[in-house]
Amino acid sequence: MAGNGLSYSEQGGEAALELAQEAAPTTAPSAPAAFGLFSSDTKKNEDLKQMLESSKDSAKLDAMKRIVGMIAKGKNASELFPAVVKNVASKNIEIKKLVYVYLMRYAEEQQDLALLSISTFQRALKDPNQLIRASALRVLSSIRVPIIVPIMMLAIKEASSDLSPYVRKNAAHAIQKLYSLDPEQKEMLIEVIEKLLKDRSTLVAGSVVMAFEEVCPDRIDLIHKNYRKLCTLLVDVEEWGQVVIIHMLTRYARTQFVSPWKKDDDDVVEEYNENNFYESDEEQKEKDWKVKKTYVMDPDHRLLLRNTKPLLQSRNAAVVMAVAQLYWHLAPKSEAGIVSKSLVRLLRSNREVQYIVLQNIATMSIQRKGMFEPYLKSFYVRSTDPTMIKTLKLEILTNLANEANISTLLREFQTYVKSQDKQFAAATIQAIGRCATNITEVTDTCLSGLVCLLSNRDEIVVAESVVVIKKLLQTQPSYHGEIIKHMAKLLDNITVPVARASILWLIGEYCERVPKIAPDVLRKTAKSFTNEDDLVKLQILNLGAKLYLTNSKQTKLLTQYVLNLGKYDQSYDIRDRTRFIRQLIVPNEKSGALSKYAKKIFLAQKPAPLLESPFKARDHFQLGTLSHTLNSRAAGYLELSDWPEVAPDPALRNVEAPEAAKEWTVFLGKTKKGKPTEKFYSESEEEEDESASTSATESESGSESEKEDKEEGSSDESSGSSSSSEESSDSESESKESTVKKTSRTAEKSDSEDIKKKAKRITKKRNTSSSSDSESSSSEESSSDSKSESDLRSDSESGKSGRATSSKKEEKPIQDRKAPNKKDVFLLDLDDFYPVTSPLSVPAAAVLSPSLAADLEGLSLSGSSVIDVCLLSSELLQFNCKIAASHPSEGS
Amino acid sequence: MIHSLFLINASGDIFLEKHWKSVVSRSVCDYFFEAQERASEAENVPPVIPTPHHYLLSVYRHKIFFVAVIQTEVPPLFVIEFLHRVVDTFQDYFGVCSEVMIKDNVVVVYEVLEEMLDNGFPLATESNILKELIKPPTILRTVVNTITGSTNVGDQLPTGQLSVVPWRRTGVKYTNNEAYFDVIEEIDAIIDKSGSTITAEIQGVIDACVKLTGMPDLTLSFMNPRLLDDVSFHPCVRFKRWESERILSFIPPDGNFRLLSYHVSAQNLVAIPVYVKHNISFRDGSSLGRFEITVGPKQTMGKTIEGVMVASQMPKGVLNMSLTPSQGTHIFDPVTKLLSWDVGKINPQKLPSLKGTMSLQAGASKPDENPTINLQFKIQQLAISGSSATDECHCRWP
Repeated sequence: MAGNGLSYSEQGGEAALELAQEAAPTTAPSAPAAFGLFSSDTKKNEDLKQMLESSKDSAKLDAMKRIVGMIAKGKNASELFPAVVKNVASKNIEIKKLVYVYLMRYAEEQQDLALLSISTFQRALKDPNQLIRASALRVLSSIRVPIIVPIMMLAIKEASSDLSPYVRKNAAHAIQKLYSLDPEQKEMLIEVIEKLLKDRSTLVAGSVVMAFEEVCPDRIDLIHKNYRKLCTLLVDVEEWGQVVIIHMLTRYARTQFVSPWKKDDDDVVEEYNENNFYESDEEQKEKDWKVKKTYVMDPDHRLLLRNTKPLLQSRNAAVVMAVAQLYWHLAPKSEAGIVSKSLVRLLRSNREVQYIVLQNIATMSIQRKGMFEPYLKSFYVRSTDPTMIKTLKLEILTNLANEANISTLLREFQTYVKSQDKQFAAATIQAIGRCATNITEVTDTCLSGLVCLLSNRDEIVVAESVVVIKKLLQTQPSYHGEIIKHMAKLLDNITVPVARASILWLIGEYCERVPKIAPDVLRKTAKSFTNEDDLVKLQILNLGAKLYLTNSKQTKLLTQYVLNLGKYDQSYDIRDRTRFIRQLIVPNEKSGALSKYAKKIFLAQKPAPLLESPFKARDHFQLGTLSHTLNSRAAGYLELSDWPEVAPDPALRNVEAPEAAKEWTVFLGKTKKGKPTEKFYSESEEEEDESASTSATESESGSESEKEDKEEGSSDESSGSSSSSEESSDSESESKESTVKKTSRTAEKSDSEDIKKKAKRITKKRNTSSSSDSESSSSEESSSDSKSESDLRSDSESGKSGRATSSKKEEKPIQDRKAPNKKDVFLLDLDDFYPVTSPLSVPAAAVLSPSLAADLEGLSLSGSSVIDVCLLSSELLQFNCKIAASHPSEGS
Repeated sequence: MIHSLFLINASGDIFLEKHWKSVVSRSVCDYFFEAQERASEAENVPPVIPTPHHYLLSVYRHKIFFVAVIQTEVPPLFVIEFLHRVVDTFQDYFGVCSEVMIKDNVVVVYEVLEEMLDNGFPLATESNILKELIKPPTILRTVVNTITGSTNVGDQLPTGQLSVVPWRRTGVKYTNNEAYFDVIEEIDAIIDKSGSTITAEIQGVIDACVKLTGMPDLTLSFMNPRLLDDVSFHPCVRFKRWESERILSFIPPDGNFRLLSYHVSAQNLVAIPVYVKHNISFRDGSSLGRFEITVGPKQTMGKTIEGVMVASQMPKGVLNMSLTPSQGTHIFDPVTKLLSWDVGKINPQKLPSLKGTMSLQAGASKPDENPTINLQFKIQQLAISGSSATDECHCRWP
């Protein structure tokens, strides 16, 4: 990739010195001696080396900053490697960070020396602080030294079962890095991916799916068990992860569910069946009928559609586009319409976003016009749009044109033709041509409009009109005489080759209808033959041949002359064509049977060209992908499969409780670590329950509820726990049932819990906390009756984990720090956003205003009482209203 | 995902490069320069350029091209959105995002980029988290740093990334708790030459500046939420609650952020608060043309219209214009043929106008189209959609 042997080509006017240094090969980095000439340079680096070796941190920092500056400018700093790598163990965080930056850039080139730093990272991997562990893993996996693959593998495995979700996230990233370094590790890595896919943390989800897509996108079987979890977590995953997960789930759904799209002739067939029930092969028909009648969307399919819908309101254009393509590829056609509004909204953002979104809309609008028809006016061109946006909008407008709106559109097009942007004006003429062929009512109007444009002053406009008229005339072979005459006159003035060629072709094709003009045109063009463009020359030859066949009396000599000119032309294409035509039309003894048919060959009825959208061919690519944008397969593009005829067993997605529980037990027993569930804003159980209940597959409802129980963790605890009832009532309507899954510090305890739970067939997670005091560890309620759905729902609604509020923990940061392995069990409830390691917050009250301090005190005393502070006092809230209206008025 | 990033200035110098995977030679940018040459204007450079081994995705902002190099299939919007996020972050850090600023703060820029992507996949893009990781440079801090030798890197390890509200930093403290909300609405309209509106739509945003201690949980309700036709939210807003009750419920990030943007559909009739009277005529054969425009207020509900700017791209045939404005200043650039007139405030008693003559290229035929007029203006304290009056904001600390 980098080693393509190209040395940097310097773009800007940098000094010669720098140039020389720049050329200092990335390919042969250890040759400072070769630059003896530029001793000042070497000296400068000496200087840096000295600074790096000094005992003062400030000097080191200064040196590192300069080195990073060099890297940023693309200058070679590799010779400083030995001096820099020594500082990898520096105590100063900033120096350390900059050394990491340097290592990631150059370790690949200086593998042996880079090994010196490994032990530091290995040590850091065991650090009690999760952030240090994470960053060590990050750098270790980023330095791309093949020798350390086994070390990396080990580190990844270890990190994948780390207590901290943040470290696990980094492990997921490291998987991709290791895979690109050594693809042989694939099998081992898949194991890690499998493990991480089971992770319940929203932090991990996006990254591990990314790793999955990169390493083993074909192992769809790994997704089954995690499908429902991913769907539910989706809302809470960070934006970038959402995009990746949605794309992956689109692919997954296409292999697992049957098509929700009814055949177009569905209704007809049904009627037919009913009417002719007795006449036809009963069984077969009935079966058909049944299949069609009983299409019920798989509840999991519905779950995906429902859980992605709110993301249409994301601020991130990529997320909106991802959901839009998901609905396009997966939703029943009647539902796909909901995405258009959001896509139209994206048209208000940056030009690059507009460009991609418009391309996708263009593809959509060809297949399903109805989706965007209500937004026709949103695609009107603004004078401030760049040309590429204008042409895309025009494309969409053309796709949306129908009998009802064509007159408005044509009026709009008239303005566009006058645009000063000639490229755009030409595209508009093309668009008018397409409208004319697609909508027969307006063909005549368009044609006469285009003929008017022939007298336009601008040559490009005229030329484009000629080309379009040519195509239109071909589709309408009835009346041309007048127009062709008009165009023949134009030939004297038009210089654009395509237009000239088009006119000549037209005259040749219909030479019998303009018998007087055609030979004259040939005479004129024969004179100018040598000065014409190749394109035009070919058409002159064509015209000559056709006239020779139809009107040889008048044109024989002329054609001979033209053919002679062509024989000695510079372009072999033209010489070739001349030879071919001569053999075909001029009878001689050698010419075989073919020349008898010359007339038929030349003057055969040609099929009219189809004026089609250039976006027609794009729909075989998944929308929203790079391949779709480029209209060619990009490396790594994953094909979207067709719907299966019969859906694979939906039971695959059921999660079996006992197995999971076992795993938990093992997990706990071995590592004493837990996985916190993070659910913050997810719409959770309620919805899922519905899907379970509406599901046709009632048989799985048992395990379904089990699974949900697990997912919700202890959410269905008795609401009598210390958590505020206020909170829980609040949370009923909104979807912030945050749930917590905690594992006990003491493995035995939770083990026994587990066993107990297992006995009751419902898996519950013990909800305890790390901090030894203050724990109002809530009593588990073994809801064996949770089979009944209503119970379950009410449970989940009122359920709030009974966890002392953060303020308590705030008071215990020291303890938390002492027990770093446990500190990670942080609460995910709404009333606890305080990360555990927050020494800052210890002296909180001292700094605060008295009233606030009182508030906080109240908080810590009352545990979970909620204090409402109304901010409405006028000094706090100020509203500024401003209207900025940009207002491009068309014409004047 | 994203392999490398190159920053290219208007004159075609690559002034910063950053690689997240193996190094990609900067010669890959040659393909970009080629495309740039083909496109007449910077704005017309295609955002996606395929090269034999890589794909170049670029955004153009603040006269800088941010060119990302990728190698395999990735949703293009993913990269484009990320690049825009990078620019926003720079702006947030340095106030302005310019070549000079980036060059001056190259180390901070590099550290920020390092944190934003890991192996080409976004890691920390929330400004609250980034600022905890790497402190933005301020004059005071620079001075202090030079004296004491301390650094921009946060000495506390950041913790926000680990919490469930990844957009808010922890341990926030203010003595004065305050929250400001700015409602900004834009109308975008196309008006034909007879003055009738062809299309008009309203786009609004609510920008917030929240300085509240701890982990406040805010709710914000609207007088008339139904008008908000299509809304997009900051990730902190709870979708569910909005869907069921039309109430915004959120835990805000600390500092400035865009809470939501909304769209009022074009179907609703929008009253445009200004009008333009124009009289532009060219005569065949004559080398002089007449030019006159007047701007006036219309339905402003008694508010003054300020910051009025008129811009018009004149046809190529116009050599020069001699105009006299009744107020404000005007400039005609004979090279780009762009006429711009900075009007300022509109006084309803004395409407601003710009009158004069144009001299046309001798012998050139009369231009067949009339120039487009772009008009921009501001009105303070008026919500054109009539929707966004918030009537209640509620905050609580857990």
